[in-house]
Amino acid sequence: MSMSVKVLLKNARPDRPATFEEYCRSGGYQALREAVKTMAPRDVIRQVNDSGLRGRGGAGFPAALKWGGIPEGAPFPRYVVANTDEMEPGTFKDRVLVGTDPHMVIEGTILAAFAVSAQKGVFFIRPSYEMDARLLERELQVARAAGYLGKNILGSDFSFDLVVHRSGGRYICGEATAQVNAIMGNRPHPIKGGPRMAEQGLWSRPTLVNNVETLACVPHILTQGADWFKSLAKTETGAGTKLYGVSGKVKHPGCFELPMGTRLSEIIEEAAGGMMRGSEFKALLPGGASTAFMPKQYYDLEMDFEPLKKCGHRLGTGSIVVFDHQTCLVAAALNLTEFFVRESCGLCTPCREGLPQIRDLLWRIENGQGREEFIPMLREMTGHMGHAYCAFAPGAAEPVEGLLRYFEEEVREHISQRKCPFREHGTDHAQARH
Amino acid sequence: MINDWIAAKGLHRGNQRMMPEGLRRELEAQIKEADHPRECVVDVMYALQKHYGYLSDDAVLEVASLLGMTPLEVDELATFYDFIYREPVGKYVIHACDGVVCWMLGEESVLEYLCRKLGVAVGETTADGLFTVLPTVCIGCCDHAPAVLVNGRFYGSLNPERIDAMMEELRRVPSPLVVDR
Repeated sequence: MSMSVKVLLKNARPDRPATFEEYCRSGGYQALREAVKTMAPRDVIRQVNDSGLRGRGGAGFPAALKWGGIPEGAPFPRYVVANTDEMEPGTFKDRVLVGTDPHMVIEGTILAAFAVSAQKGVFFIRPSYEMDARLLERELQVARAAGYLGKNILGSDFSFDLVVHRSGGRYICGEATAQVNAIMGNRPHPIKGGPRMAEQGLWSRPTLVNNVETLACVPHILTQGADWFKSLAKTETGAGTKLYGVSGKVKHPGCFELPMGTRLSEIIEEAAGGMMRGSEFKALLPGGASTAFMPKQYYDLEMDFEPLKKCGHRLGTGSIVVFDHQTCLVAAALNLTEFFVRESCGLCTPCREGLPQIRDLLWRIENGQGREEFIPMLREMTGHMGHAYCAFAPGAAEPVEGLLRYFEEEVREHISQRKCPFREHGTDHAQARH
Repeated sequence: MINDWIAAKGLHRGNQRMMPEGLRRELEAQIKEADHPRECVVDVMYALQKHYGYLSDDAVLEVASLLGMTPLEVDELATFYDFIYREPVGKYVIHACDGVVCWMLGEESVLEYLCRKLGVAVGETTADGLFTVLPTVCIGCCDHAPAVLVNGRFYGSLNPERIDAMMEELRRVPSPLVVDR
């Protein structure tokens, strides 16, 4: 496997998270010390802007643009939310990151707060990651005792505190406006068309919501420079390293830090050890459940925002789910759609009503009740998902769109054979639960 | 106003009877410290759930009265979240992941094996009150699929032998505990 620079996982240990002392020895908190003494908030934003850092949570929005979206004269208090919710199926990179080096995400969050002059921050964290919630709570106390959190951080006039906020557990809470509702104790549904979090977020105050992997990049950008960060990527348009998760039918599933823009083939074959014995590559989801299936023709593609966008795909969370030749993609799309049906917040009609219809069509095709006209019906229904209030429904449509775009033949086989060609016997576990 | 109505109907009487004063004071202190009481609602629900074993109807009323919310507002959240249990559950809740990766790697047989061994259907609790099996959306353990989450702890790369070992271990442990990192 080719050697590459380790940045986010440089302090990885086989059996435990890096301690505060270990993080400091590796250069940790140096960026914060320098920032509060020598930098103005807008200098931090400028450096992050020059680095080309884009959000790692799924949407890929340029971080500095989001930060700069909080107007200078905006009211106080301002908030930072470190999104540690990570409920995108197939995605586990943030769990690995927090569990590897908690202080890196803590320092990144404090720096983001400094950049937008925020007073209060929260780690919004899902219940499945309770052990990480406890880890963060413990390490936040250590950071506070060291003077990196609280009133007048390191003797400066910058005061900021950071706490852990536990979620009750729902996928929609990962959406920024829903997350803000969740933190305020409201029913966590998204807010249609904004308001912009930069102006009207938590308690109607300016609020920054960033994924923890995005935030963890910030200390390194400040200490080693924007050019260095850009140079880490393998692509011209990319920047930094990326935590790629690989799971599914590969030999060694895991979370791998590699240069942004590393080719899919390299990630799968070198980092993840190639396909499982007896498995042949068939398709993958490049960035979690709300990205479209990609077939073999993209196997050598560079995993970065722009190369994927160019061929009509999205990097998402960069969490690759690999499917083999024995896996039925109609059934896989059905599983994914089932997930979205269950997790829809139910607020707007396309999502609440449309997704169950897509699910039912896929279920009928998978169980030998498919008809030719279901294919255009599925196309039409997925097309309607763009009318939903938030990105949930369009994301839910993506795997089904990918299925129809590249694997229509497989769908047709189900219909013409009046059964799933991948199933030897007529038994169906999914039926019992439907 | 709704709280007055509840008081008038005597619906709150469970409060005094069931919630220990120590816990009430602890939660009141936590709420008082918050900038906005309502931001504590999930924590308070978790605390009462831990006390009662699940978020009972009485507990919903108590959460509402502690936070100055209506019971409806609390229940709207309680029924929305996956990890707030509005029905009694076992000491150990086995959240079996049915995300796409676990599905691909044998989630259905894990679920089937679990239910068969425990003699329950999905969603049911064993007669000894020890285990409840709930299918759950992707738990973020895809690198060790198929996996389950039990009281905050992951058990991954499951097969029948490992499931047996897991249940053996859980039966031995005196109290349900999340394992700290």
